[in-house]
Order: sequence, then structure tokens, then C-alpha cells
Amino acid sequence: MNVFDFLIGRMSPEYFPSDPATIGAAIGMPLGVLGIAALLTYFKKWKWLWREYITSLDAKKIGVMYIVVALVMLIRGFADTLMIRAQTAIAANGQQGPIDADTFQQVFTAHGTIMIFFVAMGLMFGLINVALPLLIGARDVAFPFLNSVSFWLFAAGMILVNFALIFGGFSAGGWLGYPPLTGLEYSPGPGVDYWLWTLQIAGVGSLLSGINFFVTIIKCRAPGMTLMKMPIFAWSVLVTTVLIMLAFPVLTATLAMLSLDRVFDMHFFTSTGGGNPMLYVNLIWAWGHPEVYILVLPAFGIYSEIVATFARKAIFGYKTMVAALIGIMFLSFIVWQHHFFTMGAGANVNAFFGIMTAIIAIPTGVKIFNWLFTMYRGRILFASPMWWFMAFVVTFTIGGATGVMMSVPALDFQVHNTMFLVAHFHNVIIGGVIFGYFAGITYWFPKIFGFTLHEGLGKASAALWQIGFILAFLPLYALGLMGAVRRIDSYTDPSWQPLFIVSAIGVMVIGAGIFAMVLQIAVSIKNRKKYVVGGDPWNGRTLEWSVPSPAPHYNFAITPIVEHQDQWWYEKEHRQKNKGVLTDIEMPKNSPLGFYIAIAAGLFGFGVIWHLWWLVGLAFVAIIVLVITRTMNDDTTYVITKEVLADEMGVAA
Amino acid sequence: MSTHTTVSEKNATAELGFWMYLMTDLMLFASLFATFYILRVGVADGPTAAEVFDINYVMAQTLVLLASSVTSGMALVSMKFSMKKQALVFLGATILLGVGFLALELNEFIALATEGNSWTTSAFLSSYFTLVGTHGLHIFIGLIWASVLFVALAKQPVVSDNHVRKLSLFTMFWHFLDLVWIFIFAVVYVIGVYA
Repeated sequence: MNVFDFLIGRMSPEYFPSDPATIGAAIGMPLGVLGIAALLTYFKKWKWLWREYITSLDAKKIGVMYIVVALVMLIRGFADTLMIRAQTAIAANGQQGPIDADTFQQVFTAHGTIMIFFVAMGLMFGLINVALPLLIGARDVAFPFLNSVSFWLFAAGMILVNFALIFGGFSAGGWLGYPPLTGLEYSPGPGVDYWLWTLQIAGVGSLLSGINFFVTIIKCRAPGMTLMKMPIFAWSVLVTTVLIMLAFPVLTATLAMLSLDRVFDMHFFTSTGGGNPMLYVNLIWAWGHPEVYILVLPAFGIYSEIVATFARKAIFGYKTMVAALIGIMFLSFIVWQHHFFTMGAGANVNAFFGIMTAIIAIPTGVKIFNWLFTMYRGRILFASPMWWFMAFVVTFTIGGATGVMMSVPALDFQVHNTMFLVAHFHNVIIGGVIFGYFAGITYWFPKIFGFTLHEGLGKASAALWQIGFILAFLPLYALGLMGAVRRIDSYTDPSWQPLFIVSAIGVMVIGAGIFAMVLQIAVSIKNRKKYVVGGDPWNGRTLEWSVPSPAPHYNFAITPIVEHQDQWWYEKEHRQKNKGVLTDIEMPKNSPLGFYIAIAAGLFGFGVIWHLWWLVGLAFVAIIVLVITRTMNDDTTYVITKEVLADEMGVAA
Repeated sequence: MSTHTTVSEKNATAELGFWMYLMTDLMLFASLFATFYILRVGVADGPTAAEVFDINYVMAQTLVLLASSVTSGMALVSMKFSMKKQALVFLGATILLGVGFLALELNEFIALATEGNSWTTSAFLSSYFTLVGTHGLHIFIGLIWASVLFVALAKQPVVSDNHVRKLSLFTMFWHFLDLVWIFIFAVVYVIGVYA
């Protein structure tokens, strides 16, 4: 092997994109990034960006960055959707669709990967960062530096998945990449490696966040806030973090083993050499099923806060809400096999997992009824977050019902891997997860920025998403029952085409919903002076509404003393002042090391993808050196004295 | 953060975080153990566990690691009594024993590979090299960590609470790796050879 080969690994010009759609994206994306860089330079905002965001350890700032990345990725993932549905609307009866089969496979793989890991997870961690410390009366998370590392690892994964478009191509193996298709023998190129390392890097970030928020909830609650006085959102995050800590290491191990199969020619999941591809399917779903609850539980928490606030009532059945969350936590680990009833585990195993799956509908149903009973006889204000909630109840209940249908193995044999399944999981993920996080963004936006979002456009967006959703996905249920399998890029049955066309129209209506949302943000920022609000714009119940908007970087000048569930509501009702006293507080200093560690991790992944072993070695050493640098630094905090705090609050110390 | 007013509370938070990290690491190992247990019969054309493992060699390796666990505990006890010199001696001994363990393991890996029984031979050997190698990688990182602590401690004139906290986290990590090794000894070597 000569030096040149050693330096460039397996990189070669053939990996630049060749089809027109990909070339367009491969040129457009870097131009977009350059455009943003030019704007930052023109407005001299680089230093501001570095100081206020990139090196910031403030959970609220980190949360905003998560949400911005997730919304940009939503548009990227949606562009994939447009291609998928344009293809299936056109490519019937021998008609040529706009994209070829291999690109189509890459497109649906990228769509699933991006939507789950970079949109849903991004929105989730973004809102947890923004809201959780405020809700539990904390100044920050337990490990602010680790939080920054988590975010930047997430960002590094996001950059890798997009870079695949420019150079190398992405995996064509579906969002969970089952071997042996994704093994070395059938997918020798770099696409699957891009998929693996994107997920691996972002996944480690999620794992660290899980630990961080678990410890935050256990250790950093305001004095007096017992676990059973926590807002439901905090409970939902606590349960989610337990799931993250138990499930994500399985993902890390599974992806590592597939990567070892590919790089070192091992035999974990190959069909030869004693390997067992079924083992992969079990392992990936042992992570994958808890993962869907990881995504949806914080959204449930957000709905609980929103419904209580806008119905002007305490949440109905607080204890059953908590019990339901914990019930779902346990059940989510004993249902994974329902993703592959057809793979031949036998009738008894299928029956067990089928029954466990159906049982999950009980705690979930408890939650739905609790929300409805919270609204019952409430003085409901139908602000835009409530519109998202109403859309959620309808959509999610339909999705839950089709889920229970598929929990019956006999029925699942008919609809396994068909469009029926595709409709089902979009039904619960869009209706449950995405609507919840959009509601959360609308709800907490004023707390972070000091002004509300335009109400009319928010409602328009919710309505368009809901209508678009019905048009896009209900036809897929019918198609699934008619025998249309998922991931097809062409078909010969002419009776399918009208339904696929309706679905494509629905996608465009969802596109209008996304546009309304972008417009909503733009209009609100432009006219922000008109929408400026005080600390408590929604007449809220929980502690975050007791501080000014935008929330100061230390969250609470005075640590609140908690005596009641919905403490802030209680104080307003009884005209009490909080009993907390002013003290000096300790805050973390900014640090660029999280950013650097993520760059090194991204280069590590890039090195493995292209077999640049020198880069892998350098990046590994860089990560170790950076971590040591951080741990050896004992000067990581600074103190804000109570005189300064009093001055900012306008009172005497 | 409000609750971070005292050093002891800060320590308790860091310790809980570290426990949680160890639990996640345990899940990682659990996945690898499950994989090994299922794939140990996937020997294809390669050898079986009974044909390649020497239980006496592994027993020696185990004793070296257990000894390092004892010395790391002694280092922490010395630190708590502010006996810096003694702590350095025990920490140094931990590092040497750890290096010895890793050398024995590498020697076994190289011997296997040169006999033609590398990780590409069969699913059984793939999962063996990965499970034991992941433990070895943890030991390697632990050794870097211990060395950094050793240098930092040697430079300081007096022992601070901060040092005690940092060493106690390392000791937890080291004992944890010991525990994982006991399972490797039982599941990989004992069950592999005798069952």
C-alpha cells in the first residue's frame, strides 16, 4: 500500500453524485451554508454567535440550537417526502417516475433516519433543555458542560448525514438497516457506514443527555418539590431518561457490531461464518421500541401542561398520570418482538408479545381520558397550542387503534411491511410526537424570547397539518389492505394510483402547513414589538411563568420554595409571595471544548466511513486530550453576587 | 445551580451521574454478553471455545486484575487519610497491574490470531474478540485516566477534597470493570470451556 492510498483511504471521484436531483441538492446545500456564513460576516455576528451560542452552557440556549437544527432538518426530511410521494403518484403501470430505484431507496432511508434522529429527537431534547430546568425550579442542568457535548455530538451526526448527499451517497437499507442487506457483501459502499456513524455519534449524544436530565431531576429540584409535586412534564422526562439510559447502550452496541462486520470482516450478522441476522433484528428493536416511547412521552408531558393551563384547571388524575407513565416505561421493554411477528418465533412467543402490546393501550388510554376530563368543565381558551392538542387527540387515537389491530399476530401477518404499517406509525409519530413538540414550541416560545408567536398563522399551520395528514395517510391504510408493500418505487395495479395521488396531495397540504409555520416565525420576529409579553402570558400554573420573559440566564434570581403542586398558580390565587431568599449563585463559565470534542467525533466517524485510519487515530487522541483538558480544569464556574442580582431585579438586597 | 452550594452536594451529584453512566455501560456489556451467548455455537469451520481457551492462563489474568482492584481501593483509603505518598504508591501499583493485565490479554489475542483463529474465522470468535476487547478498551481508558490522576496528584503539595472525589470516581470505574471481568470469566471462559 503506498502513501497516497493510505492518505485518501477509499475516497475516489466516482462517489460524487451523478443523478440530477442529488447534484442539485449537493450544490444547493453548501451554497446555503455559505450564504448564512456571508450574512454572519456582513452583520459582524460571528463573535456574538461564538459567545452567545456555540460556547454557551446555558440549557435554554442549547435548547434553542436543538430546535433550530430540528426545524431545518424537518425541511430536509420533508424534501425527501416530496420525492417519495411524487414517485409513487407517477410510477404506475410501467410509467417512469422522476427518480431511479437506488436513489429512491436512499431517499426513504434518509427520510426515516433524519425524521427520527434529527427532527423528533432534536425537538424533544430542545424542549427539554428549554423548559425542564425552569419547570423544576433549577438554575441549570446537573452537568452543563456534558449538555453542550451532547448537543454538539447531535450536530456532528446531522452534518455527517447531510454530507453523505454531497459525497458518497447514503444507505439504501431502510432506517433500521437490517443485515444481511446492509452487510459488507451486499452494500460494500460507504452509504451504510454514513448511516451507522451518523446514528452512533448522535446516539452517544442522546445517551449522555439521558444521564444528564435524569440526574438533574433527581438532584436539582427546587427545595420542597417532592417527586409527587413535580409537573407532569418533569415526570415524563424522568421516565424517558430511564428509557434512554436502558435502551441507547443497546443501540450503541448493535451499531458497533454491524460496523465491525463491515470494517473488520467479522461475522455477527452475516449469513455465513455462523452469524445470525435475526439477532440484529432483535437487538435493534430492543432499542427501537423503547425509542418510540422515548419520543412520545415528553410530548405527553407537554400536552399535560398545555391542557391544564388552557383549561384553567389542575391536571385531572395526577397520580394515575404518573402511574401510566411508569406502566408504559416497563411495558415498552417487553413488546419489541411485535415488529417481526412474521419471522417465525412461533405461536406462543407471538401471543405473549401480542398481548403485552395490546396492554399498552390501557395506560395510554388513561392518559387520553385524563386530558379530556381536565378539559371537562374547564374554561378552555383555544389558543394555538390547544389546536395542536385537539389535532393530536383525534390523530393519535386513530393511530393507537390501528396499533392495537396490528398487535394481533394473525392480522399482522396480513399487513406486515405494507403501507398499513407506514400509515400507522406516521399516525402516532406525527399525531403524537410532532404535534406535541409544535405545541410546546408555541407554548414556551415567549418564555425564551419575550414575545409570542403569531396566533392566526399558528392555528392555520395546525389546521393544514391536520387536513394534510388525513389526506396523506388515510389512503395508505387502504393501500396497505389492498396489498401495497412499503418502500415500493413502482407498481402495476392501476387501482392503487388514485389513492397514491390523494396521498401526494396531502403531502402538499402538509407542505403548506410547514410554510405557514415558517411564515409564523418570520412574521412574529419582524413584528416582535407588537407581541411582547410579560412573564406570564398564558396565565400559567408552573414555576417557569413566575420569572420574567425572556428568562434570565440564571433562570431564578431567588430559588423558589415549593409547597404545592402548581406552586405558581397557588401563589397567584392566594396572593402570596414566594418564601425564597436572595443568595449568591454559582454559574458555569462558557466553554468551547464541547464543540471541539464533537468536531473530533465527527472526524472519527468520517475516518471510519472512508477508511482514513490516520484520521481515526488522530481524532481518537484528540478526544482523549480534550476530555483530559476539561477534567483538569477546576476553574469552570463564576459567582453572581446577591447585590448584582438585586440590582437586576430592581430591589434592595 | 441552587443546590450546588456546597462541595458535598456537588460530589453527590457527580457521583449519581457516574453511577448512571456505569449502569448504561452495563447495558452495553449486557448486549455484548447476550450476543456472545447466542453466537458461541456459531463456530462455522473454526474451533470451539474448549479448543482455544486455556483456563489456567485466564485464571492468572483474573488474579492480576483482582489485585489491581485491591490496590486501587487502598489508594482511595490512603487519600481519605491524606497519606499522599502511600496513595501514589498504591495508584502506581494499580497502573502497573492494569498494564500487566492488558499485556496478558493482548498476548492471548495475538496468539489466537497467529494460529489462524482471528475474528474473521467465525461468529463465535467475532463475538469473543468484541466482548473481551471492549472490556480491554475500557481498561486502556482507565489506565490513561489513572495516569493523569497520578501526575496531577504528584504535582500537588496537599491532598484536596477535589482529588479525593476524582480518585473515588476512578475507583468506582475500576471496580466496575473488575465486576464485568468476573462475568466474562464465568460466561466466556467457564461456560465456554466446560458447558
